[in-house]
Amino acid sequence: MLRLPRNLYLQMVAHCIVGLPDEACGVLAGDPATGTVVRLYPTRNAAASARVYTVDSHDLLQADRDAERAGTQLIGVFHSHTHTDAYPSATDVDQAPDSAWHYVVVSLRDTHPVVRSYRIGDGRIEEESVVVLGQVPQAVAV
Amino acid sequence: MAVAVEVRLPTVLRPQAGGQSTVTVEASTIGDVLRQLVSEYPGMSGQLLNADGSLHRFVNVYVNDDDVRYLDALETPVKEGDEVSLLPAVAGG
Repeated sequence: MLRLPRNLYLQMVAHCIVGLPDEACGVLAGDPATGTVVRLYPTRNAAASARVYTVDSHDLLQADRDAERAGTQLIGVFHSHTHTDAYPSATDVDQAPDSAWHYVVVSLRDTHPVVRSYRIGDGRIEEESVVVLGQVPQAVAV
Repeated sequence: MAVAVEVRLPTVLRPQAGGQSTVTVEASTIGDVLRQLVSEYPGMSGQLLNADGSLHRFVNVYVNDDDVRYLDALETPVKEGDEVSLLPAVAGG
């Protein structure tokens, strides 16, 4: 299970939208035992592509160091799919480096962003639930 | 000349080094650092270097703040006091 505070969830989706037409990406830091994200690092997509992403290596190092200084660690990555489902592609599975990580895909194919999360290990994909922590803003009567 | 260099390991490589988060190796280039690691911790062999000795594309190697792919890759020199960091490259489609 991946637990994302609401502000980080919104920041993640916003970073993906701002990245259009390219895929956008970033890394997540938090508690590996509970899957609770405490810090989110939007990063540059070094591939600058609408089909693939590479987390910029300099941004990745900065995120890793910041997480370590904060007493936490990187536990996952998010990236957008601009024209396809929120499901890991063959490329995602091939390159998944860590079976303990959370792989979040944000699909921007439809009007509303779709966020799903997966564990990927030994070429197998297992979906996990995404829980958004915090209050849902109330609709404002006008 | 070989100097003692501290290497920060990512969580995914720590089990291969008995759980250590940093290790020290004697080296004069990044190529030396990685070959030393592989010889000391054979579990890392397929994850750092390819069979032909080149840098594996799924690992990022840094000297202080710089990615060695933007320097001289395996030929990048290391000097006393440098910190080498390894991180898994994060990419997909």
